[in-house]
Amino acid sequence: MGRRTDIHSILLIGSGPIVIGQACEFDYSGTQACRALREEGYRVILANSNPATIMTDPDFADATYIEPLTCEVLTSIIEAERPDALLPTLGGQTALNLAMELVEAGVLDRYGVELIGADAEAIATAEDRQRFKEAMIEIGLEVPRSGIAHTMDEARAVIAEIGLPAVIRPAYILGGRGTGIAHDTQGFELIAANGLAASPISEILIEESIAGWKEYELEVMRDRADNQVIICSIENVDPMGVHTGDSITVAPIQTLTDVEYQRMRNAAFACLRRVGVETGGSNVQFAVDPSDGRMVVIEMNPRVSRSSALASKATGFPIAKIAAKLAVGYTLDEIPNDITRQTPSAFEPVIDYVVTKIPRWAFEKFPGTSGVLGTSMQSVGEVMAIGRTFAESLQKACRSLEIGQVGLNAGPAEARFVTMSDAELAKAVEVATVDRLFQVAEALRRGMTVEELHERTRIDPWFLDQMLIVVEQRQALEALAADAGSPAAALAALGRAGWRRTKQLGFSDAQVAYLVGCTEADARASRLAAGVQVTFKTVDTCAAEFAADTPYHYSTYEDESEVRPGTKPRVIILGSGPNRIGQGIEFDYCCVHASFALRDAGYETVMVNCNPETVSTDYDTSDRLYFEPITYEDVMNVIEAEQPVGVIVSLGGQTPLKLADVLPPELVLGTAPASIDAAEDRDQWASLCARLEIPQPAGGTAVTVAEAHAVAARIGYPALLRPSYVLGGRAMEIVYDDDDLERAMAALRLDGTLGREGGLSAERPVLVDRFLEGAIEVDVDAVRDVAGETIIGGIMEHVEEAGVHSGDSACVLPPSTLSAETVEVLADYTRRIAEDLSVQGSLNVQYAVQRGQVFVIEANPRASRTVPFVSKATGRPLAKISARVMAGATLAELRTEGLLGPDGDTGLWSVKEAVLPFNRFPDTDALLGPEMRSTGEVMGVDTSPGLAFLKSQVAAGTTLPEVGQGCVFLSLADRDKEAGVEAARVLAGLGFRFVATAGTAVALEAVGVAVERVVERLGGEGPNAIELMTAGEITLVINTPRGRGARADGAYIRTAAAQHGIPLLTTVAAAQAAGLGLSEARNQRLFVRSLQDIHRSAR
Amino acid sequence: MSSPTTSNAVTMTEAALVLADGSVFEGEHIGALPPGGIASGEVVFNTALVGYQEILSDPSYAGQIITFTYPHIGNYGVNATDDESRGTFARGVVVRDLARRPSNWRAEHSLDQYLRRNNLAGIAGLDTRRLTRLLRDTGAMPGAFGPTSGPGAVSADALAAAAAAEPGTDGIDLVAQVTTAEPYTVGDGPRRVVAYDYGIKTTILRHLARFATVEVVPATTPAAEVLAREPDGIFLSNGPGDPEVVGYAVDAVRTLVGEGVPLFGICLGHQILSLAIGATIVKLPFGHHGANHPVRNERTGHVEITSQNHNFAVDASSLGTVAEATHVNLNDGVCEGLAVRGAPAFSVQHHPEAGPGPHDSAYLFQEFQNLMDNHGRTGNQS
Ligand SMILES: Nc1ncnc2c1ncn2[C@@H]1O[C@H](COP(=O)(O)OP(=O)(O)O)[C@@H](O)[C@H]1O
Ligand SMILES: Nc1ncnc2c1ncn2[C@@H]1O[C@H](COP(=O)(O)OP(=O)(O)O)[C@@H](O)[C@H]1O
Ligand SMILES: [Mg+2]
Ligand SMILES: [Mg+2]
Repeated sequence: MGRRTDIHSILLIGSGPIVIGQACEFDYSGTQACRALREEGYRVILANSNPATIMTDPDFADATYIEPLTCEVLTSIIEAERPDALLPTLGGQTALNLAMELVEAGVLDRYGVELIGADAEAIATAEDRQRFKEAMIEIGLEVPRSGIAHTMDEARAVIAEIGLPAVIRPAYILGGRGTGIAHDTQGFELIAANGLAASPISEILIEESIAGWKEYELEVMRDRADNQVIICSIENVDPMGVHTGDSITVAPIQTLTDVEYQRMRNAAFACLRRVGVETGGSNVQFAVDPSDGRMVVIEMNPRVSRSSALASKATGFPIAKIAAKLAVGYTLDEIPNDITRQTPSAFEPVIDYVVTKIPRWAFEKFPGTSGVLGTSMQSVGEVMAIGRTFAESLQKACRSLEIGQVGLNAGPAEARFVTMSDAELAKAVEVATVDRLFQVAEALRRGMTVEELHERTRIDPWFLDQMLIVVEQRQALEALAADAGSPAAALAALGRAGWRRTKQLGFSDAQVAYLVGCTEADARASRLAAGVQVTFKTVDTCAAEFAADTPYHYSTYEDESEVRPGTKPRVIILGSGPNRIGQGIEFDYCCVHASFALRDAGYETVMVNCNPETVSTDYDTSDRLYFEPITYEDVMNVIEAEQPVGVIVSLGGQTPLKLADVLPPELVLGTAPASIDAAEDRDQWASLCARLEIPQPAGGTAVTVAEAHAVAARIGYPALLRPSYVLGGRAMEIVYDDDDLERAMAALRLDGTLGREGGLSAERPVLVDRFLEGAIEVDVDAVRDVAGETIIGGIMEHVEEAGVHSGDSACVLPPSTLSAETVEVLADYTRRIAEDLSVQGSLNVQYAVQRGQVFVIEANPRASRTVPFVSKATGRPLAKISARVMAGATLAELRTEGLLGPDGDTGLWSVKEAVLPFNRFPDTDALLGPEMRSTGEVMGVDTSPGLAFLKSQVAAGTTLPEVGQGCVFLSLADRDKEAGVEAARVLAGLGFRFVATAGTAVALEAVGVAVERVVERLGGEGPNAIELMTAGEITLVINTPRGRGARADGAYIRTAAAQHGIPLLTTVAAAQAAGLGLSEARNQRLFVRSLQDIHRSAR
Repeated sequence: MSSPTTSNAVTMTEAALVLADGSVFEGEHIGALPPGGIASGEVVFNTALVGYQEILSDPSYAGQIITFTYPHIGNYGVNATDDESRGTFARGVVVRDLARRPSNWRAEHSLDQYLRRNNLAGIAGLDTRRLTRLLRDTGAMPGAFGPTSGPGAVSADALAAAAAAEPGTDGIDLVAQVTTAEPYTVGDGPRRVVAYDYGIKTTILRHLARFATVEVVPATTPAAEVLAREPDGIFLSNGPGDPEVVGYAVDAVRTLVGEGVPLFGICLGHQILSLAIGATIVKLPFGHHGANHPVRNERTGHVEITSQNHNFAVDASSLGTVAEATHVNLNDGVCEGLAVRGAPAFSVQHHPEAGPGPHDSAYLFQEFQNLMDNHGRTGNQS
């Protein structure tokens, strides 16, 4: 049939900011789609509000709009670009829902835009759970018994029919937000109410609970000629009741006979046909009753999904890319399989290895959450590992997680489980939590039978037995060590056969070291002496039936290695591992850019990473891909196989940076490990600042409470406590007095709640700093080359005050309120630091400006979270530049090459705003602090700071009220009153009404701003802010923190605001920006402009 | 020490597989002890992810040692209903990892028990990917394996000798080893189908029995005897080995095609029909052994994912005007199906009955039914 020639331009919608349930897998799919469509010669228009994505790089589309993803904005984009078609199936639920809005608003009809991939009818049939069930029953497939409700009364009626336990799920939401299993009536009332609230069409599905059944997923592709293939089959280790996104999953399916599997396959095809997914990839979920094989359909997603990203990485079949080509008319047999190159894409990949995915959660950052897994997704990232056996892939996945596990237990991290009593353990495994996998392993070690564990966990006995095999091997090693007497003797006794079997079961050298009681180095040496070396196999979609063209490798311990010698000098780039709060897509962006830049510069690039959601783990991003954990052992294996000229450790965040000290120093490219330490190590850093005469907040380090008191006494309160060597301000706390201090210190001790993250030791002291109140925080990104030239990539002024983690606060580029002198000081300090650390590559420095005085908070001689934002805002590809610089190029050379443009001033203002997951953790206090908790970011660009800020708010989903609409609640810290009332004046001028706290009210009236009502502080008598918000009388909250009490108040107010979806501003700066934005927005409609245009103006 | 492949490592016996080219693979022995401690045959691989029981009991594997490329084999055990024939005819099985603890509600035994019960020897724990890559490049190769430790241990040299001596499957009548001795009847459908058993699979019989009374006859049954049964249709089954050596079958089919009786052939049956109409057969470099082969139906343009197991194939260019090539393999262009011109006879190289594999081609049984209803002497009945 071939590609369609009746369409020429295609609009692609991205998935917006990273949120739980929608992470960078959609950057991966979007990027693939953009490439595929341009390859076919279509004009690609891309809309996505997320600047950290690779797809939003100007090179990936013809017109890239980093704009809020709203129906209104997209309408303007469509108006401006007049695309022929809209492809909605590659941007997750966000794109799908937006496409539906555009259809309903008649926009697509008005501009003659065709929906390709899936039409409105199909989307509605799949997404509306009731319609979907009816459709499935119509084609003779079974579904769980259920009923629909739009009100609580309807809900009660349904439950009377179905009975408890029951699952409640809202329509049109992703990642299972607002869903849950109700076991009793109160539970039901609560979950149903939340569900109704969560659903955009306030509709919930109440369904017979089949928790405990086996859960499966099939990834299906269909073309316009109705050819259908299964790309990958996935089995969930955690049974029904745990969201697939929160489940440990395995590909391919392990425990179904061909008879059952083919039945499921036929059902999946029938499902796509009935729903009417015209072309592309879809994901169909099934549940199977383990006792009799009864199979029911759970749901289908008529779009590429998290699972399709996993399936692509697991099989080597590029689902998103093919989906894009199918959408423009190709059929599967017309598209070559670019891994084998000889065969077409019309086939079903087969694999000769096992793939295991384990999610990564961030509960520790959300105190108050239960940590219990359920039908609503809560994980923030995931790792994938490939092994020849399940045991091997499981253990590799465990050590990929970076949660202290060096495998499936058999390491120091197991202490927490070893100390549990048998009774505790037996109870614990019955509840799915972050720790269950490791508790199961511990239970097996203690001799709990597979049968009993199956009863308690409903995990399939086959998986449990595979874990038991790992545990038995562990015990064999312990026995060996006991008999041998000495570690050395034990290692010797292990011998080649023992070593081989151990490694084939996925044990890391670190685990062996732990079990026999030697160092990892000794274990490694003994293994190599025994002649047991790693081998690398290839992911080839065909289980070796055909020769593979693509060097996509994984490690295992077999006879034959398939790594081909390279032709050019090779550079290894270490990725950033699983997404987590504080380290996410921004770092993948940097790694991918490094790969592109170095490839252009004539190197062969080798990517090592274990995160299946990313672009970096796409097999054609780099010349070679190793899907491996980022640990010393696994990275060394790759180094030995590839013999690179260098390794890049400073673009993937903290994960690879941690390896800087242990890898062969001559191979570490860019800034020397010594300098990295100098910046991380408290004392070295302090003396550096002193030497350079750069003021630092007073502070010191402490290991004991006594020491901490001493420091506090010296610097005074409020003080900021934080463990060293952490990212994202993990466990950072502001303390206001001695009690606070002691509580915080206690938490950090090994036995404390934060102990497992390292605890306190001479190597890992706690840092105690004077907390700079009311300071403006500034981020500076710079690059310095080996010749000593430093360029300032960008200076970002934070909107929220210092004390709110840089990752959680909005920031403006260029600075909007800082004086020219201050900006010069910032640039000058940054240059001095870069020089003194003889940085070669990226440098990020954070400052706090208090009453005009600049203090340095920290410097990181590595790429920072803000690099993508700065690159988008200025048009300067900072990550590419720093990768080249690390490889030895000078900035001067890059200038002549044209990679480094002029000054990067676009004449526009860019605002980055953070997106927080509080709606996922309703029990958590929605207060911002020095510990980062945002999952993603959006960007707003406009002609003034105000408008840009306004846009960023819209993009982040906190839509400021219509001009003059309703009532503003105002409560200002004394120091903010003067500036604050000015902002209020502006708002009053726009027709807003005011209520305020007493002091603020006085200040307002003093300048003639009428206050309707004075509200009590929380706890006081009389109507307080929260009551007014609950009553729906407040449309905007402005509350600037004033020391501790107000922070607590602010916390409640913020939580209330979050609950009721009322926009809230915590700083005068934000209030001014908002006021400005709103008044400007009154005169002119928010304009949309493509990144390409914006960057042109920078040239 | 416990091992990934057996429950009690104590009784683990080392084993080795030696190929005709001398390459050696070390592993451990599983299943039954081969007579004389050595199992030999033509080593092939199958890339199917599921369906090991069906594959092991498929008579088409007579004379062959089956390597499963998927590492975990035996996960869901075995059951009484999934056997494709009265036993196993393969010479041996090679797996990376044999599941010690099957789990599935249909499971009745473990695969290891099944192997022992069927006197099938196996070797586990070796680098099956290395083996597959080798076979991919050299083509199916004779080989021999057996225990190299414990009771009944054999030497590597003995294995090498056995491998060298192994004739492979070319020029050998394997059909004679697997076909039924006596005719028998399956099902009671309205039509009468006489099915030649060259090594017929149970799933095929199940399909045919849905619309016919199936009279299964030995491979050597002369055409006259078949015609005497007054069939509405004749079915030519799958089967092992080289079609050139079953001349008797080819002769019979030649006559039957002449008689204008509706005829449907699968796999070996397809090759026999081709020879009967004068086409020629080629041996493929390493055959098709998997459940994921894309085949295009040239009449509809539709792509079917098919189950395949053949080392020989029909040379499409030799069909001339006698027959139309109806199906083609998209991976390597091999002819996967034909329809005889001027006679109600058609056949496919792949396995529309699946078992194991996708059901995409099951429609071919319907086409056979239609063919009988349009040409059959008993006219349209159903
Ligand atoms: N009827 C049910 N009984 C028990 N658990 C269920 C049921 N339906 C769904 N679940 C669980 O809830 C999870 C989310 O349901 P799903 O329909 O996939 O919603 P989402 O759109 O969030 O993926 C599933 O992965 C499954 O584990
Ligand atoms: N002395 C200080 N005074 C005020 N705020 C501070 C101070 N030190 C750190 N912070 C706040 O804590 C946040 C996290 O601190 P930082 O050192 O950047 O941790 P991370 O390494 O996680 O980025 C900063 O973004 C800043 O807002
Ligand atoms: Mg789901
Ligand atoms: Mg879903």
